Amino acid sequence: MADSEQPEISSEPQSRHVTYCGVCTLPPEYCEYGGTVKKCQEWLQENHPTLYERIWSPEALEAATAALSVDAQKRAARDAQKKTAKAEAAEAKQADKLAKSVVTIKRIERNKKKFVTAVIGLEAFGLELKKVAKDLGKKFATGSSVTKVPSGGEEIVVQGDVSDELHDFLLEKYKDIPEDNIELVDDKKKKKATSG
Amino acid sequence: MFKKEINPAPKQKLKSSVQRSLRQALLSTYPLMTPYIDEILPKKGSLESMKLPDRNTLYVLDNVPLFYQQDTGEVMPHLRLVHRFPQAFPTIRIDRGAIRFVLSGATLMAPGLTSKGGRLPVEGAAPKLEEGKELDQKVDEDGRWSRELEKGEPVVIMAEGKEEACAVGVLVAGTAEVKAKGKGPVVEDAHFLGDGLWNLGTE
Repeated sequence: MADSEQPEISSEPQSRHVTYCGVCTLPPEYCEYGGTVKKCQEWLQENHPTLYERIWSPEALEAATAALSVDAQKRAARDAQKKTAKAEAAEAKQADKLAKSVVTIKRIERNKKKFVTAVIGLEAFGLELKKVAKDLGKKFATGSSVTKVPSGGEEIVVQGDVSDELHDFLLEKYKDIPEDNIELVDDKKKKKATSG
Repeated sequence: MFKKEINPAPKQKLKSSVQRSLRQALLSTYPLMTPYIDEILPKKGSLESMKLPDRNTLYVLDNVPLFYQQDTGEVMPHLRLVHRFPQAFPTIRIDRGAIRFVLSGATLMAPGLTSKGGRLPVEGAAPKLEEGKELDQKVDEDGRWSRELEKGEPVVIMAEGKEEACAVGVLVAGTAEVKAKGKGPVVEDAHFLGDGLWNLGTE
């Protein structure tokens, strides 16, 4: 969706190609309602300068707001401000959460010499556990599944002791995860009994 | 209808007979689509369907969402399709002030259409669709449709000062009635820009 510049398969002339904003996915003229106006503007300026000129140039803005009464204008401005503040707060919160959330790689002893590796906390980084589990299974050629934990939430369980490789793999594949936020834990048999 | 985010569900291939009947249904609902139908639904294409919450079905072709349908109701175009073929659907236009409400999922009310920035079908427009003249209806330069739209008809909602459509929905009041009464809901449960259906991944 990000790249609607590409000509589609149908080459007949009737179909129009609408450019969608890469940030909020709406058509650029609706970005002002998306709540991420600042980012949208930057994106548009970078990727479609002509469109940017048409939508966000001072003249265009003036023409757009001229039709509204002063009162309505004020209200709209206030509304927009509120929305931006909200979006910003949400973003800051998200960043904060991301910085705080930790991915735990746990080596769980299953049977003296046998281990499984549990990965906890990937969902905080916006990853889809099911897909990641599949990838991990492919990478290590072992069983890998998403299991529910009793405390609610889900974790990925990979068969075998792959904790070190997994650490490197996560770092390499998902650049969003800072190295400091990955934690290796060795779980001994005792604890296993409690976690089932 | 799709205010909440929707999680993608697995897609099923549609039988060609179902595809054919869908095509028929589309042409009868949207006669204006006739010139483009082969481009929208190529005969060879393999159409897929995706089940969504509330008994909605989404029709997807090559990972591009085309239509959705609630239960056995009207087949409605997805907004991305509307953006590709804006000429194929009847439109009404809302004024600038109403945009932000519609884009947050509010029911579209009559004042948003009857005010200066709104556009309803032209005065004295033909109240009914005449037999054989389906292809003659169109939007004029001012953004007014050439005939009155009836209750229950699917309609595309444009917005003042914008080129692209901002929502799609079914009329709960005919346009003639809206003009006469000037208040009350006009389109309920629309599919609008930025809603769950719009953000749904169809890869």
